[in-house]
Amino acid sequence: MSSIGTGYDLSSSTYSLDGRIFQVEYAMKAVDNSGLCIGLRAKDGIVLAISKLVHSKLLVPKSNKRIASVDQHIGMVCPGLIADGKALIKRARAEAQNYKDNFRMPISGKMIADRMGQFVQAYTLYSSVRPFGCSTLIATYDSVGPSLYMIDPSGVYWGYFGCAVGKNKQIAKAEIEKLKLNELTSRQAVMEVARIMYSVMEDDIKDRDYEIEYTWICDESDKKHVEVPSDLIEEAERKAKESLDDDDDDDMDDE
Amino acid sequence: MNTYPNPFSEAISYQRMEQYDQEHLESLSNISPMTRTQQPIVTGTSVLAVKYKDGIMMTTDCLASYGSLARFKNIERMIKVGNSTIIGASGDMSDFQYITYLMDKLMTKEYNANNGQPLAPENIYEYLSQVMYQRRNKFDPLWNALVVGGYQDGKSFLGYVNLRGTTYQSDTIATGYGAYIAQPLLRNAVEKKNGELFTEEEAKKLLDDCMRVLFYRDARSLNKLQRATVTAAGVTISEPYSLETEWGFAEHIRGYGA
Repeated sequence: MSSIGTGYDLSSSTYSLDGRIFQVEYAMKAVDNSGLCIGLRAKDGIVLAISKLVHSKLLVPKSNKRIASVDQHIGMVCPGLIADGKALIKRARAEAQNYKDNFRMPISGKMIADRMGQFVQAYTLYSSVRPFGCSTLIATYDSVGPSLYMIDPSGVYWGYFGCAVGKNKQIAKAEIEKLKLNELTSRQAVMEVARIMYSVMEDDIKDRDYEIEYTWICDESDKKHVEVPSDLIEEAERKAKESLDDDDDDDMDDE
Repeated sequence: MNTYPNPFSEAISYQRMEQYDQEHLESLSNISPMTRTQQPIVTGTSVLAVKYKDGIMMTTDCLASYGSLARFKNIERMIKVGNSTIIGASGDMSDFQYITYLMDKLMTKEYNANNGQPLAPENIYEYLSQVMYQRRNKFDPLWNALVVGGYQDGKSFLGYVNLRGTTYQSDTIATGYGAYIAQPLLRNAVEKKNGELFTEEEAKKLLDDCMRVLFYRDARSLNKLQRATVTAAGVTISEPYSLETEWGFAEHIRGYGA
């Protein structure tokens, strides 16, 4: 970003001399500050997870949920600026209901991802608005099966087998790439998500209060977006912590 | 108060005014005032429901009639709303489909809120009653008689609401022709139990017996029914089934069978 400060980064309605829109790139920086968020598409469903710092002891545990349902078959999480994410979730719900009002059937994953992509993109066009400071992960299970989409602050969106957003996303992505997602069940995917979450973020926030939210849509959940059962989360987190200890032991041996 | 004759009365041509009025009226004669739904078109007949030991039990047949024509013979007239409520409908089937949509909309909103407090059958019944009453006050009623049954936190719920927004709750409910034919049978059966509740088998038999009588007497009924239960285990709606009937006596009936 050599051309920062040359006057082309104040509005998203103007390109820089080398053809970039800095405001959109800054929005992506805002997303990078978020707690790590992971989405995995397994063969029979999707798992979403996000870690978040609990900034006050006065908060009720497990409150202030970051992952939301948009319809029974759609889960959505917006790592980044929380209020921006809430606005996107509200919009997605309106889109899903609007589709039902018109066609009397649930909206497909492809359609909701496209509509949300268009909505986010519209906020990169005008000097009077600011691009959304969050990415959007959309997990759906419809007639074509489970699918996972991610929308950038630029409005661009792709379907993914697995994606990671937020702090240390590069390390998380490298871990996800090692997985055989076509063969994994959703249960196994929960294990992997927990393992990656703990292995990646441990150093950053281990001394602070944090929570990790896990939701899924899979055959086991009757193709509905629900929180992952607490016993499964406990098992996954226990194994994740054990594997961390093993790694530590290995390190010891090496020394 | 004094009235004065119109000083211009000479100048007014009453004849022209009357002619004008006449023409105006004639031009209006083929326009009728705007009206809303004044009759149902495709209709379902009775819904029967009782409270029993484990919750509530409801039956409907699978027929949607077009006037006296048995038009659609594979229609489900009961819908599951959430995990502890069921709605059975008689009356206009398109209005019922709209109500189904309203319920889906309501329950999706609740699902998204994810607040750990599912709507109780009472809440759904109240919502539905308000909708029915408001539509009646717009003179655009949803032409149905609805039965809401539910079971939550160990409590059974059974309520009725119709196109006029009239509501009542009772241990036995019957709509349509069933209100005349089956309701007395249901109440008799309840009274015989002296405050004790039906077992599942008793409730099944009672409702089947009533549906059989209705099939004999109600010309808009069909011997293909579904039975639904709402219990602690949740909502179940059975596959369609038929009842044994006996028509041998019909041979000997002459005239109106007196």
